[in-house]
Amino acid sequence: MTSHTISILVENHSGALSRIAGLFSSRGYNITSLNVAETEDPSVSRMTLVAEGDEDILEQIVKQLNRLIDVIKVYEFSNGSSVNRELVLLRIYFSKSNRLELVTLINMYNGKIVSANTSTIIVEISGTSSELNDFIALVRPFGIKEVVRSGKLAIAQVKSKH
Amino acid sequence: MKKTGAQIVVDALIQEKVDILFGYPGGVVIPIFDVLYDAKKIKVILTRHEQGAAHAADGYARATGKVGVCLATSGPGATNLVTGIATAYLDSIPMVAITGQVSSPMLGTDAFQEADMVGISRPVTKHNFLVDSIETLPIIMKQAFHIARTGRPGPVLVDIPADISKGSMEGYEYPKSVSIRSYKPNVVGHIKQIEKASEAIGKAERPLIYAGGGVIISGAHKELREFAEKCSIPVTTTLMGLGGFPGTHDLFLGMPGMHGTRTANYSLQNTDLIISVGARFDDRVTGNVETFAPKAKIIHMDIDPAAISKIIKVDIPVVGDAKNILAQLNKIIKPGDYSSWLEQVMQWKKEYPLSYALSKDEIAPQAVIERLFEKSNGNAVITTEVGQNQMWTAHYYKFDKPRTLLSSGGLGTMGYGMPAAMGAALALNKPVIDIAGDGSIQMNIQELATISLNRIPVKVVILNNGYLGMVRQWQELFFDKRYSSTCLMADAECAGCEDITKCKRKYMPDFVKLAGSYNIPAFRAEHPDEVDEVLEKGLNSDGPAIMEFIVAREENVFPMVPAGQPIDNILEEK
Repeated sequence: MTSHTISILVENHSGALSRIAGLFSSRGYNITSLNVAETEDPSVSRMTLVAEGDEDILEQIVKQLNRLIDVIKVYEFSNGSSVNRELVLLRIYFSKSNRLELVTLINMYNGKIVSANTSTIIVEISGTSSELNDFIALVRPFGIKEVVRSGKLAIAQVKSKH
Repeated sequence: MKKTGAQIVVDALIQEKVDILFGYPGGVVIPIFDVLYDAKKIKVILTRHEQGAAHAADGYARATGKVGVCLATSGPGATNLVTGIATAYLDSIPMVAITGQVSSPMLGTDAFQEADMVGISRPVTKHNFLVDSIETLPIIMKQAFHIARTGRPGPVLVDIPADISKGSMEGYEYPKSVSIRSYKPNVVGHIKQIEKASEAIGKAERPLIYAGGGVIISGAHKELREFAEKCSIPVTTTLMGLGGFPGTHDLFLGMPGMHGTRTANYSLQNTDLIISVGARFDDRVTGNVETFAPKAKIIHMDIDPAAISKIIKVDIPVVGDAKNILAQLNKIIKPGDYSSWLEQVMQWKKEYPLSYALSKDEIAPQAVIERLFEKSNGNAVITTEVGQNQMWTAHYYKFDKPRTLLSSGGLGTMGYGMPAAMGAALALNKPVIDIAGDGSIQMNIQELATISLNRIPVKVVILNNGYLGMVRQWQELFFDKRYSSTCLMADAECAGCEDITKCKRKYMPDFVKLAGSYNIPAFRAEHPDEVDEVLEKGLNSDGPAIMEFIVAREENVFPMVPAGQPIDNILEEK
């Protein structure tokens, strides 16, 4: 089982999302994360989708995606072919004694404290999915109340000019 | 020009040259039917059930290659179309299904006769639309027909809320052309791939053509025949491909797969090159995929890139229209010498013809179809239902021309044949024969009224064995002969099929009497001697007719490969 990142340009109108989701669900293929937003052209949306599963089934799904009338283009990003980012918002418990340690960790990961009260803070961090995983593991001992992740965003890597 | 939504819909149909529409009215589509009332260019056939309308539109489409159109109201009217839409989807049949929908402001409120048709039909349509404003209605209608008929054809559903059909717009004009940025089907086969295919064919020793419904859809039958004859390569066609290559041709081996001929299956298992044209390696063809065609490289020509390597890994894909690809291939092909392979194949063909036992007392269903083939000079357009009747038709009627066998292959829809025959007979303006079983004919029997009142020349052959025969056959072969819920004569007192020779129960309904109540001539044969006479009476009578044949009750369809087995693991009559 490997993780696949698929980026889909699709007509920005109702129904497109369910057509795409339907292709995955009808094959018992679970979507790990999904992101949808308008592109530079407001009539087009981009979906960035991460799914795990069998290579052959995925190849089939990509073909079927291309067959959907609403789908304009499908990109499959393999390792290194894209720049990937994910955003996470965390609500973390803290106390007077460990506050400094927590802030140090947040700074190490270029995080931002968005909001705080006397016992919890909300932290915003962006990075690659594995950086976020690391950060979450590091702050887990403080006590995490809530994790909200955006799911992966991906953009094709700039081609190097030799 | 100012037009209402309903007028736009009907004008679109006229612009798309729709001459026959199959429909059933209801609350939210009254405005559309009201406009149709004056539309002299469109003949509206009122069916007795929406499923009948969908199958009739499908039969119209299969017989002509044109887009079939059906129209139903919201909610139950629309959901009743779904089986017909799915039937068309699985066999890539061009169809536009128009459904009424509750008014836009009521959407999603569980309004009276509301069903989310775009949601329900999504997995069984090529595309669908919920019309969101009257301004988009003209382009949506144009796109619906375009999508339905181009590329790999399929059904398109247009769901129109009542406020949009009742509303009106200024400046209406039906679009002259259509361009969808995300939909550009690839028709022309890539020459590099065709050259690769040609080279592989030249090098092969035991090539085999495996052709499917795509040949018929693209009208590639002439090119296919030219290719096969030029190269002397034997041909097997799927159920959907029957008629795409002449059934009486020397190079024709019959159907492959579960009920395929030994010759076709042995050829698949021994070929070193499958040349697949518009076929999709359905599980009814491949049997166990692991053991399918173990020695073969595969060339796969298909208009749908998603069909390639879906089931079987393909060596040389050629994406495009079958007619275009074969025409290009015919120009460059340099065939090898396949004579010893052809000799082997012909030896199988001689050794293993299709056969059945004739009895003096009971009518063999296969014999009815053989006689029908002779009496109709092999020229009839035939629809089938699904089950044994369908397989016997595929075996014993030799289809020489495309679009002469109309049958639900992919979905396997019982109840398809009679309404489809209705649509085909209207489209062709000539008699069409539905070969049915006693079970499947009852699934849309209500259409006898449509047929009778509109004088549609549908000839129904009922092979009556009193069973849901194909399921009974599986029960006999694989379930210890436990005929659970397959006897259509069983009544409340029946304790099961112990000895059917002693069963004195009567069939219900009496099809001859039933036909009488619809004012349709009907004839019954109970003995082999009566078969010819009944066929003659039915075929020669004016307009519709029913020919019922009381056939051997436990006759089986052979050859048969049990589901999921290698296709050379063939069961025959004991």
